[in-house]
Amino acid sequence: MIDAAHLWLIPALPLLAAGIGALTPRSGRRLASGAAIAAMAGAFLLSCLALQRALADPAAHLYANFTWFELGDGAVRLGWLLDPLNAFMCVMVTFVSLLIFIFSLGYMKEDANFKQFFCFLSLFAAAMLGVIVANSLLLLFISWELVGVASYLLIGFWFHKPAAAAAAKKAFLTTRIGDLGFLLGLVWLYDATGSLLLFDGGHGVLESGVLGDLATQVLASGLAVPTAISLLIFCGAAGKSGQFPLHVWLPDAMEGPTPVSALIHAATMVAAGVFLVARVFPLFAADQVLAAGPLHALTVVAAIGAITALLGAVIAVAQDDLKRVLAFSTVSQLGYMMLALGVGSWVGAIFHLLTHAFFKALLFLGAGSVIHAAHHEQDIRRLGGLSRSMRTTFVTFAVGMMALAGVPFVFSGFWSKEAILHAASEWDVSHLPFYATLIGVVLTAFYMTRLLCEVFRGAPRSPAAAHAHESPRVMTIPLAVLAIGAVALGFLGTPVWPWLQSRLTGTPIPARPLLEGGGLMGLSIVLVALGLGAGWALYGRRVRLTATAPDPLAAAAPRTWAFLGDRMKFDSLYAATLVRLNAFVAALADFLDRRVWGSAVGFLARFAEFTGVVNSEFDDGALNGGFNAASEDIRRTGRAYSRAQTGETHGYLRTLAIAFVALALLVLLGGVR
Amino acid sequence: MNLLPWSIYLTMAGALLALAGGRRSAGTARWIALLTAAGTWILTLLAATRFVPGPGLQTLVDVPWIPAMGVRYHLAVDGISLTLLVLTGLASTAGVLFSWNIEERTGEFFALFLTLVAGVYGVFLSADALLFFVFYEIAIVPKYFLIAAWGSTNREYGAMKLALYSFAGSAMVLAGLLWVYACGGAHGFSFGQLTHAAATLSRPGQIVVFALVFFGFATLAGLFPLHTWAPTGHVAAPTGASMLLAGVVMKLGAYGCLRVALPLSPVAFAYWQTPIAWLAVTGIVYAGLVALMEQDLKFVIGYSSVSHMGFVMLGLAAANPRAVSGAVLQMFSHGVIAGLLFAVVGRMVYDRTHTRQLGDLRRMKLYRLVPFATTMFVIAGVASMGLPGFSGFPAELTILIGTWTAAPLWAAVATVGVLIAAAFTLRAIQLGFFGSTGPSSASATDGPGLHAGSAPHLSPITWPEKAGALLLVGATVVVGLKPDLLLDWINPALQSPLLQAVLKGGAP
Repeated sequence: MIDAAHLWLIPALPLLAAGIGALTPRSGRRLASGAAIAAMAGAFLLSCLALQRALADPAAHLYANFTWFELGDGAVRLGWLLDPLNAFMCVMVTFVSLLIFIFSLGYMKEDANFKQFFCFLSLFAAAMLGVIVANSLLLLFISWELVGVASYLLIGFWFHKPAAAAAAKKAFLTTRIGDLGFLLGLVWLYDATGSLLLFDGGHGVLESGVLGDLATQVLASGLAVPTAISLLIFCGAAGKSGQFPLHVWLPDAMEGPTPVSALIHAATMVAAGVFLVARVFPLFAADQVLAAGPLHALTVVAAIGAITALLGAVIAVAQDDLKRVLAFSTVSQLGYMMLALGVGSWVGAIFHLLTHAFFKALLFLGAGSVIHAAHHEQDIRRLGGLSRSMRTTFVTFAVGMMALAGVPFVFSGFWSKEAILHAASEWDVSHLPFYATLIGVVLTAFYMTRLLCEVFRGAPRSPAAAHAHESPRVMTIPLAVLAIGAVALGFLGTPVWPWLQSRLTGTPIPARPLLEGGGLMGLSIVLVALGLGAGWALYGRRVRLTATAPDPLAAAAPRTWAFLGDRMKFDSLYAATLVRLNAFVAALADFLDRRVWGSAVGFLARFAEFTGVVNSEFDDGALNGGFNAASEDIRRTGRAYSRAQTGETHGYLRTLAIAFVALALLVLLGGVR
Repeated sequence: MNLLPWSIYLTMAGALLALAGGRRSAGTARWIALLTAAGTWILTLLAATRFVPGPGLQTLVDVPWIPAMGVRYHLAVDGISLTLLVLTGLASTAGVLFSWNIEERTGEFFALFLTLVAGVYGVFLSADALLFFVFYEIAIVPKYFLIAAWGSTNREYGAMKLALYSFAGSAMVLAGLLWVYACGGAHGFSFGQLTHAAATLSRPGQIVVFALVFFGFATLAGLFPLHTWAPTGHVAAPTGASMLLAGVVMKLGAYGCLRVALPLSPVAFAYWQTPIAWLAVTGIVYAGLVALMEQDLKFVIGYSSVSHMGFVMLGLAAANPRAVSGAVLQMFSHGVIAGLLFAVVGRMVYDRTHTRQLGDLRRMKLYRLVPFATTMFVIAGVASMGLPGFSGFPAELTILIGTWTAAPLWAAVATVGVLIAAAFTLRAIQLGFFGSTGPSSASATDGPGLHAGSAPHLSPITWPEKAGALLLVGATVVVGLKPDLLLDWINPALQSPLLQAVLKGGAP
C-alpha cells in the first residue's frame, strides 16, 4: 500500500534516470533512453497505486511533512501530499510522458545529442511531478523553478539555431517575471501565516482556521490580504500557463524539438499554472466566502482566462506554421481552463486539463510525425496531400482535431468544454466570459478544420511533402494510444455520470440528465457545426493548389490577416516598450557607473587633497616635529607607492595620510564630541 | 575547541614557508600553499564538528596585548564566524588550486596570498575591535600587491583604486572606533565595552560614529555607491586573488558591519536603517543593470558580485533574526558561487583564450572547446540566479522573508534584482559559451569557431582546476539542499545579547 510518505518516489525515479543520463558518456544512448523510459514506467505504476489509494477515501488529504531548515524564529517545512487531484495529475503526467518518451526514440534517432535529450526530459518530468506531489507551496515553487530550467534546456536544445536560443531565453525570462510575483506571494503568505504547508493538521494554509484568520486582514486600499496574495501567486500561474499578457513566450517555444512541445508546451508544464490555482483554490476563493473587498481574486482569473481564450483562438486562425497554430490553440485552451477556475469550477478546469493533455499531446505528436516525414517542413502551405501517404498519422490527428474542436458526444473535448461552458453560463458576476467561450468554440472548430485540410488534403505542394511516408511504429503506436485516450477520457466526466467530478471533490455529485442543460448543449453543437462548416467551405471544398496561393481570408482582409499573422503585434509592442525601456535604464546605469561615480570620486579626492594641503600648512606651523616626522614618513611611503603609479595617486595618498593623521589628532585631543 | 587560532598561525607560517620554498622551485611553493590552505580548512572543519552552537562568542584565547589602552588579544568564535571560517578555508583552498599556473615569482605570490588569508582568519576570530582592525589591515595590504604585480587588464589602476577605497574605509572605521573609545570613556575595545561607551555619546554623536564605522566597513562589502572599486579590482586581479576578493574579502566588510557596526548603537542604527536598506536595494538592481550592459565577461561577474552583496546588506539592514541569518548564509553562498564564476572566467577561459570580450568569445563557441568549463559556468550561473538546489536559493529566500517582515517594499524591489540576475546570467552563458543570442547573431556563424579545423586549440582543463571547481560546486549544492548545516550554527549566535539589542523579533 502506497502512502503519502512514499510519494517522493514518484519524482525521484525520473530524477535518478536524469542522473544516470548525465553520467553516461555520449555513446550511451540505449542506457540513457532505457533508464528514462523504465523510470517513467515505474513512476506510472506508482502513480496508479497512489490513485487507487487516494480513491479509497477521496475526501481525505494524506500528507507527510518534514522540516527543511530552521529560520531564525520559525522553520521552513516541506511535505508530500496525496489526494485525488494529485493522483489524477500524477497518472496523467507519467502516462503522457511515457508515451512521449517512446515517441522520442524514433523522432530523435538521428540527433547527436540523443542521450542528453533523455536526460533533460527525465529532469523535466521529475520537476513536474515534484510540482504535483508537493504539500508545501515552497516545495512546489522549488520544483516549479526546476521545471523552468528544464524547459529552458529543452526549448534551447537545438541551441545552434539562433531562434531556439532566443526562444529559450525569452521563455525563461517571461515566465520568471510571473514567478517573481509568485515568490513575493509566498513570502507574504509565510509572513502572514507562518507556514507554507498546504495541509498540516489544521495549521496548513488551505485549512479553514488559517484561511479564516487570513481573510480578516485587510490592506489600507481595502483589498483583502488573501486577495493580494492570490493575485501574486496568480502571476506565476499566468506566466507558466501562457496567459495574457505573458503568453508571448509559448509560441516561440515551438523552436524546441516537437516531442518537447508535446510534453511541456501542451500536456504538462503549461498546465502547471492551472493546476497551481486549482491546488490552492480555497485560498483564491477565501475572499469571496470570508471577506468583502473591492475585487475578488477569482474575478481577475476569469477575466484573464476569457481574454486569453479569445485572443489565442483569433490569432491561431491566421498562422501558417503547423506548430504555431497548435501553440496558439494551447494558449486559447489554457485560457478556457483559467476561465473555469475563475468562475469557480476548478473541477471543470482539471477535467479539461486532463482531456486536453491527451488530445493536445496527440496533435503535437501527430505534427511531429508529419514534420519528421516531411524533412522538417512545417509550413502548412507547403504540405498537403498527406492523408494518403501517412494513414495512421492522418486518422489519429483527425481524432485529436475533433476532440479539440469539441465534436459532440464521442470526443472527450466536447464533454470537458461543455463542463466549462456550463459553469461560465451560471457565473453571476458577468456574462462576458461566457460569450467569449462561445466565440472561442466557433473559432476552434474553424482553425482546426483549416489545419487538417491544409496539411492532409489536396496534393503535396512541395517535394518534401511529396516524398513523405509513414513514420515508424515506435512513433505511430503512441499516437494510437493517445487517440484512444482522447476519446475515452471524456466518458469519465459526462453530466450523466460525473465520476471524475465526484472523485475530485470527494463528495458525490448528482448526475443531471443530458437534456436539462439541453439548450446550452444544443447551442454548443450548433456553434461547433458552424465552425466546421465554415472551415470546410473555405479550405476543404476548394483545396489550396500552390504553396504561394493566398489564403482565402487573407485575400478578403489582407490587413487584418497580416495583423493576426503577426500575433497582434504583441512582440513588437513589447520590443518597442518594455525591452527598450530596460535597455535604456541599463545603459543609464552603465553610464552612471563609468562616468558619474568615477568623476564624483575624483572630485572628492581633489577636494580632500585641497583640504589636506590647507591642513598640512596648518600642521607644519602649529605642531611639533614628532608628528611632522610621522607624516613625512607616510608621505615617503606614498611616494614609494606612486612610483608605480600615475602622478595623481601620489596626491591621493598624501591627502589620505594627512587627513588621517589630522583626524586621529582631533579625536585624541578630544576636540570633537 | 582551541584548534581555531592555529588557522591564523599555520597560514602565517605557510606564507613564510612558501616564500622560502619559492626560492627552490615554483612547485614547492605551490604544494606548500596547497597543504597550508587545505590543512587549515580541514582544521576549521574539525573545529566545526566539535563546535557547540550557542549565543555569544566562545573565547579561545584572551590575553592582554596593549594594557595601557585595554586592548586584548582576544580570539573567540560563534556560529557566524565559524561559517565564515569554513568559507575562508574552502575559498583559499580553491584559490590555491586555481593559481596553480602562476609561474612568475610563485613563492612571493603564495606568500602574499596566504598572508591575506591569515588576516581574514584573524578578522573572523577577533573579539576585540582593535585586534579586528589590525587583522583587517593585514588582509588589505597583500591585495594591493597581488593585483598590481600579478594582475591583468589595467592592473595598476584597479589595484590603486581598490587600495584607496579600502584605506579610506578603514580610516573611517578607525576614526569611529577611536572616537567611541576616547569620548565614551571605554576601558577597552571589546564589542561590549564599545557599545557601552557609545551609549554615553550624544545622539548626533552616535549617529555620526555609527555612520563612520558602518559605511567604512560597507565600502569593502561593496554597498552602492561605494562599490566602484569592486568590479575594476576583481577584473584586474589574478584569478586566485579575485576569488579571495569576491569570496572572502567582501565578506570582511559585511562581517564588520554585522559584528562591529550594528551592535555599536541601536539608536543610531534606527536612524540609518532605512537609508542603508535603500542603498542595498538600489545596489541590487543597479549593479544587475550594469552587468546587463557589460561586454567583458569578468565585469559581468564583478557587477553580479555587487548585486549579490546587496542582498547581504539588505538582510543586515532589515535587522531581524530571519533576515540576518539569511544574510550570513548569503555571505557563504556568494563566497562559493562568485569564487566559481571567477575561477571559470579567469582561469579556465581567460588564461586559454586571452580574451574575455563577449564579442570574441561568442565566435569561439567555447562549449565545443572547453566543455568542462562550460558545464561549470552553467552550474555556477544557475546557482547565481538563485535557483533551488543551490545555496543561493535558501539564502535569498530567507533574506526576502525577513525583509518582507521589516518592509515589504524593500523585498518587492529586491525581487526585481532576481529577475535582472537571471537576465544577465543567461546573456553571459549564451554569449560567452554558446555563441548564440537571437536573430542578430547571424554574423556569428561566419566566425572562426564554426569552420572545422580552424577552431583554436585550447589546452585541456588540468586537475587542479577540476578539483577546485568540484569542491566549490559540492559546497553550494550541499548547502543548497541542507542549509541547516550552517543555519544550526548561525541561528543561536543571533541570540547573543549584543545582537538582540538591534535585531527586532521577526515573529509576527
